[in-house]
Formats: sequence, structure tokens, C-alpha cells
Amino acid sequence: MLTRPLLHTSYRSDMSLLDSWTKRALLLGLLALGVATPLLLPDPDLRLLSTACVFAIGAIGLGLLTGSAGQVSLGHAFFLGVGCYTAAVVSGDPDDARLWGFGISEILIWLPAAGLVAAAVGVLIAPLATRLRGLYLAIVTLGLVFVGEHFFEQWRSVTGGARAGRAAAEPVLFGYPVGQDGAFFTEQQQIFWLMFGLLVVFALAARNLSRSSVGRAFNAIRDRDIAAGTIGVNLFKYKTIAFGVSSFYAGCAGALLYAITGHVNPTEFNLVLSVLFIAMVLVGGAGTVSGAIAGAFFITLLGRMTEGLGGWVPVISTQSNQTPNIFQLQNLLYGALIIGFLLYEPRGLFGIWLRIRNWWKSYPFSY
Amino acid sequence: MISLLEVVFRGLGQGSIYALIALGFVIIYKSSRVISFAQPGFMIAGVVLVTYLVQIPWLGFFAAVVVAALLTAGFALGVERTVIRPMIGRPVFAIAIITIALDIVIRTVAHAGIGINVRHVGDPWGLTNTSLGPLTVQQRHLAAVITAAVLVTALFLFFRYTRIGLAMRAVAEDQEVALAQGVGVGMVFALSWAMAGGLAAVAGAFAAAGRSVDPQFWLIALTALPVIILGGLDSLVGAVVAGLAIGVVQALAAAYPAYVAFLGSNASLIVPWLVMLLVLVVRPYGLFGTREVERV
Repeated sequence: MLTRPLLHTSYRSDMSLLDSWTKRALLLGLLALGVATPLLLPDPDLRLLSTACVFAIGAIGLGLLTGSAGQVSLGHAFFLGVGCYTAAVVSGDPDDARLWGFGISEILIWLPAAGLVAAAVGVLIAPLATRLRGLYLAIVTLGLVFVGEHFFEQWRSVTGGARAGRAAAEPVLFGYPVGQDGAFFTEQQQIFWLMFGLLVVFALAARNLSRSSVGRAFNAIRDRDIAAGTIGVNLFKYKTIAFGVSSFYAGCAGALLYAITGHVNPTEFNLVLSVLFIAMVLVGGAGTVSGAIAGAFFITLLGRMTEGLGGWVPVISTQSNQTPNIFQLQNLLYGALIIGFLLYEPRGLFGIWLRIRNWWKSYPFSY
Repeated sequence: MISLLEVVFRGLGQGSIYALIALGFVIIYKSSRVISFAQPGFMIAGVVLVTYLVQIPWLGFFAAVVVAALLTAGFALGVERTVIRPMIGRPVFAIAIITIALDIVIRTVAHAGIGINVRHVGDPWGLTNTSLGPLTVQQRHLAAVITAAVLVTALFLFFRYTRIGLAMRAVAEDQEVALAQGVGVGMVFALSWAMAGGLAAVAGAFAAAGRSVDPQFWLIALTALPVIILGGLDSLVGAVVAGLAIGVVQALAAAYPAYVAFLGSNASLIVPWLVMLLVLVVRPYGLFGTREVERV
């Protein structure tokens, strides 16, 4: 039966995860599209989309911390790095004299391990975070990125050192090597299905968390943390949970991100990566899971779009040793997009969707 | 002992550059409660302007710095008008993120100005030494210390004795009350951005003395972030003291790496952040910052 959005006739429909038939239809459509994508697109495009799925997992994590709980973090890249190296060490070659490794390449082991270690580090940071607010916290988490980047470069037995790097975690699911060409499907097709499936799992988990009592506590803290404290929200507990969950997502994303490429360099976990995640959350729409996913895909695919632009505008070079080049153009676009969205559409892509929805909701009286 | 003092002086030279950049952060924060992460962008924009201006034959280094500072100040003022002004009343976090994006945009354009070859600011000192009593110090550090001292004194006199300085202090105290008393709050916002831009350009010019300007140059301005947190976001004195302190600590860590060997090589790069983290554990509002009144 067709119903109006937000019109609920039973508690059951009010509390359900997908509370209108459009949401159900959209989700089913997107799931079908995701499953079919590897059969339709060539491998290089699939690799890009797999990366977008993983970025989306990380962006959901940052969205929970910054969008839902209002804790500003510029340190997301650091937690990505922690997760990535945990996975690399767990799955690494145990015979290597230079690098640590335990040789457990089963993804069901290294993925939770990466998430848990990153979450543990996040919980360690949390006491500092509960004492600090707003911009002080932003700069402290920024410091985390710099200190982290330094230690990633120095701790050679784990990270392989600056320039050298090390092999990332090997994705093996139930003994089946996903990261190799199989009998029926190519490596990139299998990796896309894996990453897409994980994205669905992580997104559903985040959606459920944000509509639970924990999610409501997060929103109360975001709106006014002192007020939330006075009405009985345990600030220390919920800020710690927010940091822990967000770091868990970041750790998993870090581990998966480099499983796609197979190699990881310690200089990659820098401020630029953190800002990229902030751009995803803001462009998509802070505080919503679907917004974070949309933002992640948009930002990831933006790189591909600017590459296409290089051929159209003759001034812009595709070589990085000439100026102006497409990499500078990409940076410029990221910056301009963040500014543009914050100025004119603060709720991001999700806000644009809301406007379209509301227009139709009140059709034909939509003015 | 002499060598230790020389290291300390080198730190003071570097620290006075941090102090100048940090002052810009603090001036903006005091007037509008916004941290401008665009300061590194303004610094590198100013320095690139200097590298171009010194190529004009009749314009020396000093005149180039003044002109570049004025141009950067005007640019910062324009940025405030077009991008920051529409954001008034929105969450400070959103404004901070906008300034991060601004920084990316400004830096990208400035890097295009640097090109692929390194550029020089054409400072008159280079790496020449001079003797200060028993100490042998580099002239560029001496110049940075003197410039910072002059500018800081001028700033404090400006805030203390001029009408506009009084207006800026009033806005820092309470924007609404200042507005009710007839202070042009918008003018103060614009002026604070212009001052911060000018200070960043001057700091950049002295930071680039004796070295080349390349895309990594902005990392110097990032060190001003632990400085302002250490000093407290809203304290001018704190910015100066913390800037000098961080400069000295960094110089010491660079000169005596054996004592910080547990941090790995190049530890002096992260020492400012570690100092900041340690201090924040004890004092969440920095050394001189005002404790926020918690009120629902």
C-alpha cells in the first residue's frame, strides 16, 4: 500500500529500519545494482568503485563521530593507519626477517583485529577528548595525524619505513583467496563484491546504532553537550563510545583500502587523507549514513571526472611535474566543493535529496 | 655553554616566526571565535608574492615584504567578506572546515605560482653569521627576532591606545554588547582577518630567509597550531610566549638528538605536537587561555 512519508499508523512501522516503501524499493534497487555492477563494468572502473565502497565505510565512521556525536576529528587518517598496519602484521609473511608478520591471511581474523586495535587506540584518546571541546579537540586530533605519520615512518619492523612500505593484508575469505583471479570471475570483480557486501554490513550496523539509545545520546551531545550532561547523558561514556566506534570503522576501512592495491606506504596516512574524509562527510550530509556513502562515492569518482577534464581543457596538464596540472585541479575542486556545500547546501547531497523529496511530498502544492 | 646559548638563540629566531603566525590565529579567534586554518595558505601566498616582487629591480627585500604583506592583508580581507561573512551564526566547526578548504584552495594556487623550480625571497642575509657578544648567531635569526619584537610591541600599543584597538578589544569581550555600543563588529572581523593575513606574510618572508620556497614550506605554519593551543586560543601573550618556547624546544631537540633518540630520527618535527599533547592533559585551555564558562 502506498503511504505518505512520515505517516505511521502503527508503532511497528514507526520503529522499522526502512519506514517507507520508497526506502525499501531504493535499497533493493541499489543492492541489485551493486550485485550486478561487476558484470557490467571493466576492471579498472571496478577497482575505483571498490575503493569508493571502502572510503564509504570510513566516512560512515567519521559521520558517527562528527555528524552524530558532534566531536570534531581531523585525526581519521591516523586510525586508518593503525587499522591498516594491524591487518598487515596479522596477515604478513612470518618468515620475513625485516617485517613482523603472523601469516594469518583470513579476512575474518584480520578485519576485526584491525578494527579492534584502532578502536582501542581511539578509546585511549577519548579521555583527552572528553576534557577538550570543539576547536581544541580539532587541533589535538590534527596533532595525532602528525605524530602518527612520524611513528609510521620510524617503526620500520611494522611499516617498512618511508619509501619502502610493505605488503598490505591479503583478503582470504573462508580459505578462498579473493584477491586473485578465480575460475569464473576476475580479481577486481571478486574484490568489488567483497567490499560492497562489507559496506552493506557496516552501513546497516551504523544505521541501527544511530537509531538506538546510543545514537540518541550522541545527538544530544552534538546539540549541546553540557545540556546533555545535565539531563543524565553520561558524557564520558558516550564520547568514549563515539571515539571507539568511529575508530573501529576507520581501522577496518584502513585495512581494506590497501587490500585492494596490495601495498601500503606509511606517508599516505596524512592530513590530506583526513581532510578527504571530512569532505566526504560534509559533501554527503553530516549525520546520516546514506549521506556519508553518497559523499564517499562522489569524492572518489571526482578524481576520475577531473582526469577526463584534462583532455578537454588544454591548459591543464596531466603530468605532475608541470603546472597547472590535474592534481592541482583536483585539490582545487575538493576545496571549492567543501566551501560551496557549506555555504549554499549545509546538509550536503542528502539535503538536496530532502528538497526533491519534499517537493514531491507536497505536490501539487509545492512552492 | 656557548653552543647551548647559540642553539637557544636559533630557537628564538624560529620561535618568533611561529609567534607572528600564531598572533594572526589569536587575533581572528578573539574577534570572531573562529580558528582560521587558512593561515598557512596566507603565509605561502605572501611568500610567493615576495619572491615575485623582489624581482622588480628598484624594489628591495624590505619594500617587497611590506608590499606583499599589504597585498596579502587585502586578499585576506576579501576572503573574509566573500566566504566567512555569510557563515556568521553557523557552527564554529563548519567555519573551521571552510577555512581548511580555503587553505587547500589558496595553497594550490600559490603552489602553481611556485612552479616546479624552487624560488628565493632574496633576503639580504642568507646564511651569514654575526657575533652577538660571545655568541655567533645567524643574521636571519637576529632579523626575525627584531622584526617580531617590533611588530608585537606595535600590536600591543595598537590594542591598548587606539580607538580601533579599543573596538577590537570590546568585540573580543562581548560581540553583542560591543554592537550595542556602536562598535562596527563587521569592520573588526574584516580588520582582524587583514591583520592576520599581513602577519602571516611577514612571518613567511622571514621564515624563507636563507632557504628556498617549495610546496613543503607551509609545514612551518602548521607548527603554529600547537603553539596557539599551548598558549591558549585567546591569549596574545600566550601566542608570543608559546611561540618562542616551541621554537627553543624544537631547536634543542634538533641540536641534541641523542636525548630524544627514542622518538626516532627527525624528532624535532613532532616535538611541538608532543609538548602540546602533554600540556593539554594537565591544562585543557593551554597555558594562558581563558577557561570556558560552562553554562547551559
